[in-house]
Amino acid sequence: MPSVMLKKNAEGKLVFYVPKKDLEEVAETVEFDTPEKWGGEVLLSDGSKYYFEPIDGQPDFPVTLRAKRIDSGE
Amino acid sequence: MAALTKEETEALIQEVLEIYPAQAKKDRAKHLAVNDQSLEKSNKCITSNRKSQPGVMTIRGCAYAGSKGVVWGPIKDMIHISHGPVGCGQYSRAGRRNYYVGTTGINTFGTMNFTSDFTEKDIVFGGDKKLAKIMTEIEQLFPLNKGISIQSECPIGLIGDDIEAVAKKANKEIGKPVVPVRCEGFRGVSQSLGHHIANDAIRDWVLENRDGDESFPTTPYDVAVIGDYNIGGDAWASRTLLEEMGLRVVAQWSGDGTIAEMEKTPKVKLNLIHCYRSMNYIARHMEEKYKIPWIEYNFFGPTKIAESLRKIAALFDETIQAGAEKVIAKYQAEYDAVIAKYKPRLQGKRVMLYVGGLRPRHVIGAYEDLGMEVVGTGYEFGHNDDYDRTIKEMGNATLIYDDVTGYEFEEFVKRVQPDLIGSGIKEKYIFQKMGIPFRQMHSWDYSGPYHGYDGFAIFARDMDMTLNNPCWKQVKVPWKTDDTSKVAVAAGA
Repeated sequence: MPSVMLKKNAEGKLVFYVPKKDLEEVAETVEFDTPEKWGGEVLLSDGSKYYFEPIDGQPDFPVTLRAKRIDSGE
Repeated sequence: MAALTKEETEALIQEVLEIYPAQAKKDRAKHLAVNDQSLEKSNKCITSNRKSQPGVMTIRGCAYAGSKGVVWGPIKDMIHISHGPVGCGQYSRAGRRNYYVGTTGINTFGTMNFTSDFTEKDIVFGGDKKLAKIMTEIEQLFPLNKGISIQSECPIGLIGDDIEAVAKKANKEIGKPVVPVRCEGFRGVSQSLGHHIANDAIRDWVLENRDGDESFPTTPYDVAVIGDYNIGGDAWASRTLLEEMGLRVVAQWSGDGTIAEMEKTPKVKLNLIHCYRSMNYIARHMEEKYKIPWIEYNFFGPTKIAESLRKIAALFDETIQAGAEKVIAKYQAEYDAVIAKYKPRLQGKRVMLYVGGLRPRHVIGAYEDLGMEVVGTGYEFGHNDDYDRTIKEMGNATLIYDDVTGYEFEEFVKRVQPDLIGSGIKEKYIFQKMGIPFRQMHSWDYSGPYHGYDGFAIFARDMDMTLNNPCWKQVKVPWKTDDTSKVAVAAGA
């Protein structure tokens, strides 16, 4: 359950940063990414997958959230 | 000597690794790599931020060095107590050349050493009483200090002193910020964790001091310079450029900085990060809490400076963008003259670097502006995100080494035969005795500043002065003497 700092980059893509692992990665896809609902599975560009408990509405980026690691992508 | 190909570089790494026992060899192999620009992520080729192997000569520092020496030390109007035995503070005193304005001992304390000077008695009975007492004494002797930070040395963590409680009590008594920093040297694998701990201490004890206080008048052009330690005046050379383009620099972290500046930083519009490694933590925190965006910039060499000025200006309106162009145009004649003078003397020379923080990648541009080539680089305490940023800056088939050992570095140098090495004081005399020109790139070899256009002129002069010094022709290096007796030949004899 790593704490993940999320922010949007200049292109509007989600940037994923795990301080403990020095992991700075752009998210390829986010399962739910609408103004009403956000979260679910997030696929990073290195192939790893994380899961966020879906929430109502968009979080106020940048924000730190708890994620569950599903797949390390290796 | 011609540049090594990818295969040759790989073979060189294997050859150097040969001497280690199997386990150490396996471990060290992960830290040495041949650069491949096609890679997006460094974790495919290099491992970093791991514990050094026992028995090798590492060049790293400790968490205390990262906190007291790098992040907190340059804050000039605070008193930083090296809490523990006397040595840590004394041997690191003033060595980093963080310049500042002020009267030392009256309103600034940068080059002074304050220590609780632990003795056996303090280890046995605890040092909290002593700490409280010296803070009272400091307040009497130096009433113009603006705060105190307590930089823990190893024994504090080992004996379990409660410096936080002492700090809170002292804060009430003297009415100034008193910051306990848990940066005991044994924490982490290098000074890098010390930076993180220091950043966290700033976050917890300093940053929110002025939340809700709107008395500080702000402008839309407020920025903070973060991660510039003013080595030899670096931050000043950077600051003038930013101010000339129309920005207002509210705070300098932490070279020539004050605690008041740090407290005002949450009011700025943009954080400019020079040393990513040591201060990205606080920038990320401010981005989240205060919604202040941050960008990295690079003020080494005219190409990178122009690139950075434009990148910064793009985040502001047209007046700043015009200001940036004006600054670049204003200094063009100056830096063109520098390049015209030194490039012919330095063209084609090859450099190997091994430093820390931002320099292994940031100075590459400055060398390239002078027609030089960086053929090897490495970080003492870099993390993966540093190497991610380095891959693109370095040429293909160049060497990258993480936490290089004394042995590996010497062997690489013997084979690659660079014309110049940039590293620290511990490496300086070894390589000079090997007959290779050397610049101490931690504190600019007692020169500087190297940032900004002013700094570039000094940088170029220093590199020329070192490389083309006639003394190197007088040195006979061991591998060029024909007799087998490896008598060291003194430099410049």
